[in-house]
Amino acid sequence: MQLDSKVPDGPLSEKWDQHLFDLKLINPANKRKFEIVVVGTGLAGGAASATLAELGYNVKTFCIQDSPRRAHSIAAQGGINAAKNYSNDGDSIRRLFYDTIKGGDYRAREANVYRLAQISNNIIDQCVAQGVPFAREYGGLLANRSFGGAQVSRTFYARGQTGQQLLLGAYSALSRQIAAGKVKMFTRRDMLDLIIVNGKARGIVTRNLVNGNIESHAADAVVLATGGYGNVFYLSTNAMASNVTAAYSAYRKGAAFANPCYTQIHPTCVPVHGTYQSKLTLMSESLRNDGRVWVPKDSGDKRPPGQIPESERDYYLENKYPSFGNLVPRDVASRNAKLQCDMGKGAGETGLAVYLDFEDAIKRDGRDVIAKKYGNLFQMYEKITADNPYEAPMMIYPAMHYAMGGLWVDYNLMSTIPGLFVLGEANFSDHGANRLGASALMQGLADGYFIIPYTIGGYLAGTELEKIDVDDSAFKETADTVRSQIKKMLSISGRRTVDDFHRELGKIMWEYCGMSRTDEGLAKAKDLIVELKGEFRENALVPGSGAEFNQNLEKAKRVADFIEFGELMIIDALARKESCGGHFNADYQTEENEARRDDENYSHVSAWEYAGEGKEPVFHKESLAFENVELTQRSYK
Amino acid sequence: MSESKDKKAINLTLKVWRQIGPDVKGSLETYHAGDISTDMSFLEMLDVVNEGLIIEGKEPIAFDHDCREGICGMCGAMVNGRAHGPEKGTTLCQLHMRHFSDNDTIVIEPWKSRAFKIIKDLAVDRSALDLIIQAGGYISANAGGAPDGNAIPFPQESAEKAMDAAACIGCGACVASCPNASAMLFVGAKVSHFALLPQGRPEAVKRVLAMVKKMDECGFGNCTNETECEAECPKEISITNIARLNREYLKAGFL
Ligand SMILES: Cc1cc2nc3c(=O)[nH]c(=O)nc-3n(C[C@H](O)[C@H](O)[C@H](O)COP(=O)(O)OP(=O)(O)OC[C@H]3O[C@@H](n4cnc5c(N)ncnc54)[C@H](O)[C@@H]3O)c2cc1C
Ligand code: FES
Repeated sequence: MQLDSKVPDGPLSEKWDQHLFDLKLINPANKRKFEIVVVGTGLAGGAASATLAELGYNVKTFCIQDSPRRAHSIAAQGGINAAKNYSNDGDSIRRLFYDTIKGGDYRAREANVYRLAQISNNIIDQCVAQGVPFAREYGGLLANRSFGGAQVSRTFYARGQTGQQLLLGAYSALSRQIAAGKVKMFTRRDMLDLIIVNGKARGIVTRNLVNGNIESHAADAVVLATGGYGNVFYLSTNAMASNVTAAYSAYRKGAAFANPCYTQIHPTCVPVHGTYQSKLTLMSESLRNDGRVWVPKDSGDKRPPGQIPESERDYYLENKYPSFGNLVPRDVASRNAKLQCDMGKGAGETGLAVYLDFEDAIKRDGRDVIAKKYGNLFQMYEKITADNPYEAPMMIYPAMHYAMGGLWVDYNLMSTIPGLFVLGEANFSDHGANRLGASALMQGLADGYFIIPYTIGGYLAGTELEKIDVDDSAFKETADTVRSQIKKMLSISGRRTVDDFHRELGKIMWEYCGMSRTDEGLAKAKDLIVELKGEFRENALVPGSGAEFNQNLEKAKRVADFIEFGELMIIDALARKESCGGHFNADYQTEENEARRDDENYSHVSAWEYAGEGKEPVFHKESLAFENVELTQRSYK
Repeated sequence: MSESKDKKAINLTLKVWRQIGPDVKGSLETYHAGDISTDMSFLEMLDVVNEGLIIEGKEPIAFDHDCREGICGMCGAMVNGRAHGPEKGTTLCQLHMRHFSDNDTIVIEPWKSRAFKIIKDLAVDRSALDLIIQAGGYISANAGGAPDGNAIPFPQESAEKAMDAAACIGCGACVASCPNASAMLFVGAKVSHFALLPQGRPEAVKRVLAMVKKMDECGFGNCTNETECEAECPKEISITNIARLNREYLKAGFL
């Protein structure tokens, strides 16, 4: 396998322009001769489907939910970045580029990130034109806020529902193309395998979730926009159906998987309250602008927060990081919360929580000001916990949130399988080892509206594509394999539910491959996962049949893939003998317990090639060259 | 129904609508849900019941859900006759068991409406709502040609009102709670969202006519001002949006 990033030559700021010029074009009348499959209707897939159809391609689009409008992107709260510099505070494309590269701990490709920053401005324009109701100032111009510790105000938002509004924008554009007959929409479909013909991606196999039919779809190119794999941790802020199955099936067919160990744990989530818990709710990190994080100074202090006097509280972020305080980046905030709880200072019944206190902010600004800023979040918190944050501090704890790792793609967003493109959270491309707030929405829409429409044309124009048909043997064979896998799963007839396996997998991943890892712990986790995989094959209990609406069968396939994928994450984490961004290995830290990067040996993308069932994957390396930024150690002291 | 903040466990009797397919007769079946923590969400309670059923070798209850934080609009059921249950402004996934008492009986049924066919148990087919959006619930703006985002300033107040309407999650609770199975709140919200924005005006006439026509074709009923939709909407979308829809429709007719 050859990893060729295909980054164009020339100065950073001219690469994309030059590349657009160099890409071969397809004449408008010929576009309608091409058939493109898009899997996913989140920001990335929704935007891609609509735009490809607008250009004239015939698109077939797939999603798991009953409507394309319900993709996981809908849940994003905080906002979307762009380098508009509307706030006149010194922002620029270069600054957004620099912040993203630095935030990613220097583990992303410069050229991709620069392009993202360039395109960010077009996204806002496009969304406004579609009718996205972004927040506005009294004068009628667009409002911005600062987000995720950025020093400029570049985040556009629609109340606490930015993801929803952006997705509804993409969904309405998609709906228009469905009505025009240019997109054929397949809802309640699960992509279970990828079809390869003569080395190129030529279609997919799906299961119809309503009646269980296994269906094949042929195409000239396949676009995966299937989101992130956060649910490998069982509990996460991701939607319940978020999965790795589609991406993993491509990996099994030869697409390299890049940096699977880079995951982001978000510091401000509602803590876990019982084993029955099915997901974790994010509390926007904007709360850290005014809330103060603390724990009792003494371990084992179980008094209610109100009875712990000021002098016996440890505002550990403010003390340890005087210049950033409560606004340190996500990975630093999360890791420190864990450290405090590990020392026995955690709050609440489980001891797995820290306080986020608004008392001082309310005293300073008044209750009304705080209510105006955070009222809806406080209400949401109260709905879940029955506690009132105006009166007692919130309790928060980190939770799995975002996957920086994903299928490896080149500058054209094409994977190592020709004709297979990967967009949005499903690819690895732009966030390095850590993602900054409000930049996932930006990336998904950049990929969908403004990159894939051009790069796919370059591929189609320059590639010889044989005529194929779903009756060809490649389709039949793959569909048969899928059928027999399903049959096998249903016939295990064990005694443990799929959810129970998923919970155990989550525990292993969280404990050993979560916020803080060690070589020893990772090695142990690898054994535990292999064991769990074996037990799943013998003891899973999947009720019902394959020929019906069977939600447990859907889950079983996802959990089986998550277990295998968990092993890959651990292999990747073990191979990266440094700490960077979301990958913190306690064996590689500075004297002050901060992440110690090793730029000399690990300034690269790790891309893994599937080697077959039960075999160790093959390691490939894409070296990262930094020509436009200077690598520095991140410091927030 | 009482509300308690103390951690405790309650026992419940569930009467759940079971129906194996769209064209098969369904019925209410009784289940015991024991030792339910009041910190659980309603869907987590159903998860626990389902795990028990699976272990006993019985068919688990099918229900739709995804985000579990009240934004995707995928979940929903009638709980004791009320869409998304007894709490105001709350989706089923955000309803917590502390709003129920020990020994309560809870009747759980799917959205029932001519326009929504039952797929299985509590899962229904709401694709008619997508068809209405496809008929005109968009602004025709291809990617690429948009002017600068600040090129057309417009009052904060209209942006806020548009956002109020755009907050609809498309769950179908309005239809399910309406005695006429009307989708006027859903359509009113979408028409209002665009009608309030300058970008939405060029296609306003075409949009409202096309969406209303499609709504009628899909078998949704008429609005007779029952206001149940507003009362049960988990996002508290106001019926002023229906008034705006009517105004837009009348205006369109006179052109
Ligand atoms: C609570 C929360 C808040 C967030 N807030 C922000 C924020 O403020 N700003 C920001 O920038 N980012 C935020 N993020 C991150 C951001 O929302 C996501 O990274 C982004 O929306 C992912 O978009 P996507 O299009 O790549 O995938 P998704 O939106 O996850 O869409 C995946 C699509 O693929 C489909 N799919 C998946 N698997 C299959 C399969 N096997 N077969 C068929 N279809 C499949 C799904 O049905 C879905 O349509 C947040 C994330 C969470 C969880
Ligand atoms: S599951 Fe998304 S709104 Fe309830």
